[in-house]
Amino acid sequence: MATVLANFSNIIIPVIIFYIVAHGLLNRVQVYEEFVGGAKDGLKTVVQILPTLVGLMVGVGVLRASGFMEFFGGLLGRLTAGMGIPADIVPLLLIKMFSSSAATGLVLDIFKTHGTDSYIGMLTSILMSCTETIFYTMSVYFLAAKVTKTRYTLAGALVSMVAGVVASVVLTGMVV
Amino acid sequence: MLNYIWAFMILIGVIYAAFTGNMASVTDAALSSAGEAVSLCITMAGVMALWMGLMRIAEKSGLIAGLASGIQPFLSFMFPRIPRKHEAREYIATNFIANILGLGWACTPAGLKAMEALAKLEEERGNPAYLAESASGNKAGPRIASKEMCTFLILNTSSLQLIPVNMIVYRTQYGSVNPAAVIGPAILATLFSTVIAIIFCKIMDRKG
Repeated sequence: MATVLANFSNIIIPVIIFYIVAHGLLNRVQVYEEFVGGAKDGLKTVVQILPTLVGLMVGVGVLRASGFMEFFGGLLGRLTAGMGIPADIVPLLLIKMFSSSAATGLVLDIFKTHGTDSYIGMLTSILMSCTETIFYTMSVYFLAAKVTKTRYTLAGALVSMVAGVVASVVLTGMVV
Repeated sequence: MLNYIWAFMILIGVIYAAFTGNMASVTDAALSSAGEAVSLCITMAGVMALWMGLMRIAEKSGLIAGLASGIQPFLSFMFPRIPRKHEAREYIATNFIANILGLGWACTPAGLKAMEALAKLEEERGNPAYLAESASGNKAGPRIASKEMCTFLILNTSSLQLIPVNMIVYRTQYGSVNPAAVIGPAILATLFSTVIAIIFCKIMDRKG
């Protein structure tokens, strides 16, 4: 299972790149020109998020250096350690429900302290790829429809998030 | 939201450091983190340019539109009560595909349009809370989310994603031996959470 996953991870990007370019050529798209145009937009996006990233990485850096994160994570970690969720992951999961970029700050902090390929590094990678900013998305989307009573949306989103966490813990155990 | 989270991080950090004598390391962290953000963006710039360039080709060649029409049967299954030709279906499809391909910028606009279209659907169905908008200030009570809205948002937040592009960049930046190793497990985890979300929506949908 672990090797199947590793093989899949290794080939998917070349396969996608090949497919997109071949499909573009067959449909007579000026593939190179379009690629360059899209790449330009991609760079713009990166420049746009740079200020956010500076702000949040400083925020997380300050919080980490003050020792507060360890203190807080230690409190929560005692509750979750039995489930295979290390202390550092708990604040990450909480923050991720509100803000993706704030969570990114924490992710980078975890990578810095524990490495990317450790158990906790891999768990973080998988978790962040399968969870979403529940509260942020709900508030923005329901605002658009001027809805105030959201019924079972939050419950469903949380159930799905818990499923993602469980799957992440199990899969991390298999690949690391 | 971010306003409070950020202020909380900075204020609590400094206060806690003052009490625990970690002020020197906070100074250091603040300055070095700012620099790190810039070097991360430099790594990210290349991958983002590559991905967005490819996505532009996929957009022009009709690949993305093809995928959006490819998931129509799935939409009929999840949203059996949205009429076939309704514009809501189109926006929901675009939003899902953008989500799967990790096109953040295309997700939100399509998602917001989908929510507006679902609100319009309620209006067409004669839901009084949604009609009140046009009838001058008529108080018809709070707007309650329709089942379609609940399903749409739950599926949306279950975050089905094919390639976690950002995560690969972060892993590269922090010295991963194999940054792409996350793809396979991430797809399985996100599939699982999405299947659970689908089951949850179907159960709630039947409940009446």
